[in-house]
Amino acid sequence: MEITWYVILCFMLVMYIVLDGFDFGAGIIHLFFTKNDKEKKQVMRAIGPFWDGNEVWLIAAGGVLFATFPTLYASAFSGFYLPLIMILWLFIFRALGIEFTHLINHELWIKPWQRSFGLSSLLLALFFGIAFGNIIRGVNLGGVENGIAQFNNSYAFFTPLWDGSFSPFAERPGVIDWFTITIGLVAVLSLTIHGAYWIILKTEGDFVKKLQKKILPLWITLLVLVIISIIAFVAMKSFNSELFNQHPAIYLLPVITFLGFLGMLVFRKSNKHWLGFASSTTFIICGIGSAVASMFPIVIPSTNSIIESLTIYNTASEAYALEVGLVWWVIAFALVLVYFTFVHKIYKGKLTNKHDHH
Amino acid sequence: MEDALLYGRLQFAFTITYHYLFPQLTMGLALIIAVYKGFYLRTDKIIFNEAAKFWAKIFAINFGMGVVTGIPMEFQFGTNWAQFSERTGNIIGQTLAMEGMFSFFLESSFLGLFLFGEKILGQKLHFLTAFLIFIGSWASGYLIIATHSWMQNPVGYEILANGKFALNNFSELFSNPWFLPSFFHNQMASMVTTSFVIASVGAFYLLVNKHKEYAHLFLKTAIISGIISTVFVAVPTGDLLAKQVAKNQPVTLAAMEGLFNAEKGAPIVLIGQPNMKEQRLDNKIEVPNVLSFLTYERWDAEIKGLNDFPEETWPTNIPGLYYSYHIMVGLGTIFIGIMFLAVWFLWRKKLEIRRWFLWVLLFAVPFPYIANTAGWYTSELGRQPYLVYGLFKTSDGISESVSAGNTLFTLLGFVGLYLFLGFIMLILVGKTIHKGPSEITLKNN
Repeated sequence: MEITWYVILCFMLVMYIVLDGFDFGAGIIHLFFTKNDKEKKQVMRAIGPFWDGNEVWLIAAGGVLFATFPTLYASAFSGFYLPLIMILWLFIFRALGIEFTHLINHELWIKPWQRSFGLSSLLLALFFGIAFGNIIRGVNLGGVENGIAQFNNSYAFFTPLWDGSFSPFAERPGVIDWFTITIGLVAVLSLTIHGAYWIILKTEGDFVKKLQKKILPLWITLLVLVIISIIAFVAMKSFNSELFNQHPAIYLLPVITFLGFLGMLVFRKSNKHWLGFASSTTFIICGIGSAVASMFPIVIPSTNSIIESLTIYNTASEAYALEVGLVWWVIAFALVLVYFTFVHKIYKGKLTNKHDHH
Repeated sequence: MEDALLYGRLQFAFTITYHYLFPQLTMGLALIIAVYKGFYLRTDKIIFNEAAKFWAKIFAINFGMGVVTGIPMEFQFGTNWAQFSERTGNIIGQTLAMEGMFSFFLESSFLGLFLFGEKILGQKLHFLTAFLIFIGSWASGYLIIATHSWMQNPVGYEILANGKFALNNFSELFSNPWFLPSFFHNQMASMVTTSFVIASVGAFYLLVNKHKEYAHLFLKTAIISGIISTVFVAVPTGDLLAKQVAKNQPVTLAAMEGLFNAEKGAPIVLIGQPNMKEQRLDNKIEVPNVLSFLTYERWDAEIKGLNDFPEETWPTNIPGLYYSYHIMVGLGTIFIGIMFLAVWFLWRKKLEIRRWFLWVLLFAVPFPYIANTAGWYTSELGRQPYLVYGLFKTSDGISESVSAGNTLFTLLGFVGLYLFLGFIMLILVGKTIHKGPSEITLKNN
């Protein structure tokens, strides 16, 4: 039951990253690569009908996490207190940047909201990458200092924003260190390319050609960052191959990740626009999948030797709650599929200016 | 630790109070907009469609505010109340997760289509999107109040050896006797706010002599929904909820009423200030026997006072609780009076010439917000010192790893950010009302 829910939860989070990921990417493109009003409108058009529904995957995943792994929810949310609250603030600026920009037609109103959308998208992508880096690296569970746990609850920890050394090996590593910031930048670059492919898929015209030309330099930068982060990852932790040896098929995950990564370069000028988006989606899903599988069943590793790591087993709800939850979740998910199909059917194909909100 | 608890409570209170300013209007507006769209489909009168479009703009701004201020609520259980989340997550996480899965997906999928898709969808599907948004927003209220009701009156649980609450009966979460009275009480209160907001805009247009056709429609709508909701929020829903309080939290009832000692034929207090030191009410005006009757339907029934209960179970802020409750009830009574008068003027077709009454409607608009907030404060202060009534103390629920300084930092951040948001929001709503509903479309038909 714990495994079922863990799979569901990972599925929801990955859905969130794939879907809201292209919104972040669109925001970053909006910030750096749009020169005029027409191009800005084109970016907004590509995400306008979808971003709100995409964001709900995170909210719903948060709720499901709360219900099924309450200890993990309590641990991570209180431990990453400051970055999480800042993510909430950024969400506010992003939402208003998208929805309020066009409500008053004056440059002094429009400009700041456009910047608000772009900057908060960039920072959100960075923060989520950093968060993922933190979970891979682990945290000082129990708040251990000099071999003694400072907190009564062993799930409790508190991560400062940074530790003076910016090193992942510090006794109390901060949210931001050189490892997590690398993962953060990987997220920014991946999502920028992912967002570009979404805009290429959903719109048309000169701006699409312009984006196609941007992908090569972005991809090369991403390649460098990925290499750095893999070296860092190997240097930092011993690879946990337990799950991989039990189910050798899982070795396919990193292989497919690599193929997706190549696809992100190869299909940049293909006329079949869905291929690029499919590649970046594959890269994201399987990349996260590989990292998660290499940690299984640990969800938050402990960086000290006194408190044991949080796993799906020591953080899950009681059996009855998990069972009854599954019943309503399946019903709700079936409904979500209906809505999703309906919305994407209405907005299928290329979106033109007749789909603009104003 | 004391400071951390205080700031944690203040942050939750501030963010939830602010957040709920928006859903109380959007839940009601969602219903009104769906009704307007329904009338348009049946009668083909363009004014209904244009009215729906006008309110949809105000709805969209408020809904956006509700969403962005709502997300921090779900996260705050974990960030600031980790010990509470850890021990009760498998129960209250259940209903909160259902809100995300059933309600938020529904609303977010159809909101864009509803706001911008009228031409693409055609009228029937467009009505359907309006209706689904109404269902989504009320489902959200339904699930939140189910969560709230469990905290007020825990059911369907067992406490495990490690102190965790485990769910053992899912359906009891929804058959909780506290639940339906709370839900309908809250939804009616939301309709009261909505009615007063619509009435205020209608009155404003009549007073400035603009959009008169719309003004009459808005006033009629507001007065019909206002008379129903102002009455229903008191009887039966408020009354039934008060009986739940009397049954399950008698000490809370005594504090709400400012009753220190048990009384047979207890009076209802209209005005008075709790004097905690002397344990009495100062300057009180009361109506004898009414409280006994309202609670037990017998004029001489005995109502227990605070002193019949151990002091550690008393609500922690008795004057605050007492005032919240009295502000809610007092304003609620005034609302009924205003709406009866409005019905009378509407029926005699005197609304337009009773200018003073239009002024009353125009300026009444903050008060249902105050009453809704006071109602929630009654509920929340009444539950103190517990998070889960009788079982789990608020002071045991706080995140132990988050220091007071960090919470104060984020609290100040929220206050600053929300003040800014409120300012932006008022500009946008003001602009929408100033522009008004479309006159051109109306003339062309």
